[in-house]
Amino acid sequence: MSSLESLLDSRQVWRAQAGADSQGGDAIASGHAALDAILPGGGWPSAAVSELLSAGAGNGELALLWPVISRMTREGRPVVLVSPPGVPYPAAWRQAGVALEQCHWLDVQGREALWATEQCLRAGCCAAVVAWLPQADSRLMRRLQVAAASGNTLAFVHRPLAKVSEASPAPLRLRLHRHAELEILKCRGGFPSARRIAFGARA
Amino acid sequence: MRWVCLLFPRLALEGALRRRPDPEAPFALVDGPAQRQCIRAANRAAREQGVRPGQARGFAEALCNAPLFKAPDAAPLSKAPNSAPDRGSRSGSSQRLETAPFDAEAVERWRRRLASWAYGFSAQVSLHYPHALVFEVASSLDLLGPWPRLETRLRAELAELGFSHRLVIAPNPAAARVLVNVHDGLAVDDAGLEPALAALRLDRAGLANIDAAQDIVQTLKRSGFQRLGELFGLPRSALARRFGGGLLRHLSELRGEWPLALDYHRPTPRFSRTFEFDQPVHALAGLAFPLKRLLQELAAFLMGQDAGVERFRLTFELEDGPAQAVEIGLLAVQRDPDTLLELTRAHLERVRLDGPVVALALSAPRLSAYAPVRRELLEEPARQAQAWAALHQRLVARLGEPVLKPLVEYREHRPEMAVIDGAGPRARDASVGPARPGWLTPTPQRCDGDVVQLLAGPERIESGWWDGGDIRRDYYLAQWADGRQAWVWCEPGRQGWYLHGWFG
Repeated sequence: MSSLESLLDSRQVWRAQAGADSQGGDAIASGHAALDAILPGGGWPSAAVSELLSAGAGNGELALLWPVISRMTREGRPVVLVSPPGVPYPAAWRQAGVALEQCHWLDVQGREALWATEQCLRAGCCAAVVAWLPQADSRLMRRLQVAAASGNTLAFVHRPLAKVSEASPAPLRLRLHRHAELEILKCRGGFPSARRIAFGARA
Repeated sequence: MRWVCLLFPRLALEGALRRRPDPEAPFALVDGPAQRQCIRAANRAAREQGVRPGQARGFAEALCNAPLFKAPDAAPLSKAPNSAPDRGSRSGSSQRLETAPFDAEAVERWRRRLASWAYGFSAQVSLHYPHALVFEVASSLDLLGPWPRLETRLRAELAELGFSHRLVIAPNPAAARVLVNVHDGLAVDDAGLEPALAALRLDRAGLANIDAAQDIVQTLKRSGFQRLGELFGLPRSALARRFGGGLLRHLSELRGEWPLALDYHRPTPRFSRTFEFDQPVHALAGLAFPLKRLLQELAAFLMGQDAGVERFRLTFELEDGPAQAVEIGLLAVQRDPDTLLELTRAHLERVRLDGPVVALALSAPRLSAYAPVRRELLEEPARQAQAWAALHQRLVARLGEPVLKPLVEYREHRPEMAVIDGAGPRARDASVGPARPGWLTPTPQRCDGDVVQLLAGPERIESGWWDGGDIRRDYYLAQWADGRQAWVWCEPGRQGWYLHGWFG
């Protein structure tokens, strides 16, 4: 029993029934009703890293994140994209409702991308940080998780499907399937639902 | 007791000696045309060898190189007890006389630097008199005084800087200047001014600056006048009639009856310091301490100037090869030493040293107005903005300016042109056009085998005939084998699909 307590203390396991609100973090509505209904707390875990695993760009990752990004940028809070998979096409982002002047992207690779992600998370002035970090391992993910918690910043980290089997300290892990479908691999404070969730096709 | 006058009798020599590795070795400043250079000033070691101002350069060099030719009057000068063993150990060819040309500009530079130094004690510093500085201290005595304490401090700092000097404090700058000709350490107040001036001999009373000074001094001497006090007793109208207004005015200035308009020195808004190393430094890590020192000095300088800095330059003097310079540009005006150090370190992480460094120089050619912020008074949005500015600064410092990019929509139909900075006028209307992908691939790539299904299209984009970058393409929304959605195009009437973006 004591070993279970120590595991709980070190946050390596958690009680599924303990709701997200008892963990102290509020959730931020994702803007997709079907997803919010399932996620504990009714949205993205704030001040934490949400990990998104996909085969690459074009899997609906923007359709998933645009609602929360557009809401934050319209509130006048900056959002930073770190080493995105392509050049953001401003017209598309504007059509999605994003306030472009609050949206910034960092064209960096490798170690600098990891450093920049951590800096943005830690600074506490970004509303959200969305990073594409195929190079991040679980140790670095833990670092980013700590940074997100200390900066109280919403973080999304995209990693390739190859990392699905790897342990990850992120409280929420999602796998993106065919366009606009996702599967919850792990979520702290709730049972992952086995079925896929359609989060709304692209308009 | 208000004005201090500092006289620097050997400014040129001592300024030049500061640059010498061994200031105790025989050294002289030479002046004049190349064929007939004369000694202008010599340091103590050279004077001990008999070198005197006015000697021809060759003669002076011969005196030092061959001690047999020692001039007969060299002996009395070597009476300083600690100089005797020096002389013994340095006899022979190692005693060569080193010379440097007299540089009037360098003297002026030193005078300005000393004025900047004096600016730390007084807001009114004047370079009005050659070889001397006058500055007002009455208003700073509450803070720095009493006078004996300030005097000790001034002398200690000047000794540290390596400049011999004479110093007098008097109720007005003109009196201080003439009294320093004959006194050192004299402090006169209003009551003591008249007797101190009266005792001055006429040829030391600064009369040279007034019109027809030669004639006046000569006439006065022939009339039997010796001291300034004898003139004070004469009726003014008679003096003015006989010698003109200049003399009268000079006498009035000395007694503080006539105000003297001085140009005050404003310290140059520039900063430049060098840190030299005893051993060459090979790694940037070894520069951490000197860098910190230089930035602390910069911060102290900025504090004194009530200014901040936006750009500065670090110059690495390399042991072999040309100096390496690093420009450090900040996004906001800074002056806090810790912030400056952190940002500079981030900049230096991208720098590779080309070789061992023998000196590090920091120069800030331009200062900027600095407005300190009171963080605790700011409201939340303002603090957010400040934190964002600080983050922006940190990112740019380490990653470089062009890395952090904004999203700007330009009115331009060609997709690859629309994401280039300044591609055209900014789109202002929130028009809803045809669907565009969230990501563009930097350059279109051939992707013939990957397209399994076309979901929407075509949309013809045809533009750019006027600038040579014309395109004519049919764009489709296509589905990939793994279900991803891509933006692809083909040229009408041709084979071949090109991937140009992803609908994320």
